[in-house]
Amino acid sequence: MNNNLKKINIYAIYLGAIILILPLIAFFINAFSFRWFYPQVIPKELSLQAWVRLKLIPKSGQRTFEGFIELWASNPAVIKALLNSLSIGFLVTIVSIIIALPAARVLGLLNFRFKKLIIFIMVSPTILPPIAFVLGLNINFISWGFSGNYFGVCLVHLVPIMPYVVLTMTGIFANYNPDFEHQARTLGANKTRTFLLITLPAIAPGMVVAALFAFLVSWSQYLLTFLIGAGKVMTLPLLVFSTASSGNPALTAAISIIFIFPAILILFFTSKFVSGESGATSGFGKI
Amino acid sequence: MGGERLKIILSLTPPLLIIFTLFFGGIFYGFLQSLGYQPAIGKYEINFSAYYNVMFSERYAKLFWTGLGLNLWVSFASTFLAAVFALFGALAIRKTFFAKTICNFIYSLNLPMPHLVVAVGIIFVFSQSGLLARFASQIGLIGSPGDFPVLVKDKYGLGIILAYIWKEAAFFFIILMSVLQSLGENFEELAQSLGANRWQRFRYVILPLVMPNLFSASIIVFAFSFGAYEVPALLGVIYPQMLPVMAFEFFLNPDLNARSEGMALSIIIAIIVMILVVFYFWLTQAKIRKD
Repeated sequence: MNNNLKKINIYAIYLGAIILILPLIAFFINAFSFRWFYPQVIPKELSLQAWVRLKLIPKSGQRTFEGFIELWASNPAVIKALLNSLSIGFLVTIVSIIIALPAARVLGLLNFRFKKLIIFIMVSPTILPPIAFVLGLNINFISWGFSGNYFGVCLVHLVPIMPYVVLTMTGIFANYNPDFEHQARTLGANKTRTFLLITLPAIAPGMVVAALFAFLVSWSQYLLTFLIGAGKVMTLPLLVFSTASSGNPALTAAISIIFIFPAILILFFTSKFVSGESGATSGFGKI
Repeated sequence: MGGERLKIILSLTPPLLIIFTLFFGGIFYGFLQSLGYQPAIGKYEINFSAYYNVMFSERYAKLFWTGLGLNLWVSFASTFLAAVFALFGALAIRKTFFAKTICNFIYSLNLPMPHLVVAVGIIFVFSQSGLLARFASQIGLIGSPGDFPVLVKDKYGLGIILAYIWKEAAFFFIILMSVLQSLGENFEELAQSLGANRWQRFRYVILPLVMPNLFSASIIVFAFSFGAYEVPALLGVIYPQMLPVMAFEFFLNPDLNARSEGMALSIIIAIIVMILVVFYFWLTQAKIRKD
């Protein structure tokens, strides 16, 4: 009886895994099929049509190295959006880490008045929905000249990212022993050397997780980019959304695959670090 | 000590500046606009008519209250179901079995997946010509796509709920796995040796132990699904419409007067979420005091 129950348990897990992976399977079938009509489950012919239409893969006959280079150099919309998403993500991640580093150190190592209040203020953007601040901010950004440009989009991405980076890095510093720094200093190392040789190696693993997570939050941002970018800053999520609304499954699937690729990659590299205790994990629910 | 104080202030200023000017500034300015203060179109009066219009005027009242109902239904249903699925998944997957690592990976796969992509995936799988409808037709359950139930872009928000379950179950799963891991199996073995059966072990041992984490994760998920835009925008219908979509559409309305109403709606969403979070803190604090 108990053995049977165990078997049922395991089959239920397999079934759950299959159900969970169905959307991903559907993405790949849609992206690599041509005329996948109802009620076919398996498409009759495989095709790269969607990728050719998105100008990511050259037409057959031109699929040489030069063909690819020439096509990508013509700056198709997807490549443009991809580059925008990547560069905004990188920039915002680096800026947020630089800003968060001193703050996290102070919050993690020192005790002072109003510390709880300050942490509460820092995390408040994770509690309230983005729509609560971005509508008002949009009007301010228009009058400040930040609307509809790259800089404004980067700036607004800092709002959802900042709390997680500060929180994750505060957690790192809470378990960090600054005595090693004093030792290095008394042994004659200057501030920069101490930071590079003592502090950085100690906080690096946690910082990498915070950075990957910050990148992911920026990467998946739709509403903020759409409103502040005013349609002039095209990123991948915007492209996915507009293609999905226009209802072409093959194109939507192809762009989505490009869009989720880094996400899965990041999960692969961070799965060791992701646990319920990490400040970053709570943010995964909100990407 | 003066040096330390200066260091604290200098270190904390940059992130606080960002949060104050962009986040609180945005909320404050949105609030001003919701009161009708719109210098851009020459309106300087302050009143609550936008709130009144949204909630009680003949034009919007029905839209608002059905939207609020849909919001509550979607957030409650998806939070609850995602938590339940994740709990059973996490409990079952602890045992060793064939391909456990792969299953573990698949169960966490939706964690970094953007909501937008999950919504698109739900369309691909659950729409009337989606993957499931095709399976159903292959095994002869249905004939034409129209025979498949409307699960996406339906007026009960089922597609939206499905998308949130897909996404947030992975979130609950990760949290539960780490709690269960840190607990080990000692408690359960002890209960078993004292004669507790499967259900008793679950109800009186595991559930109370994971409940605090499960509950705080639920608050995050509920608050998120209550105020998020992308999923209901892709998977919802025009009526009834979830509040964030409604707020956004008011805001994009070419009629600038509708802007105040959009802002009022976004403030209402924020207030409801805030009440919920305060209630949660009050509840947990009260429990701590009681213990």
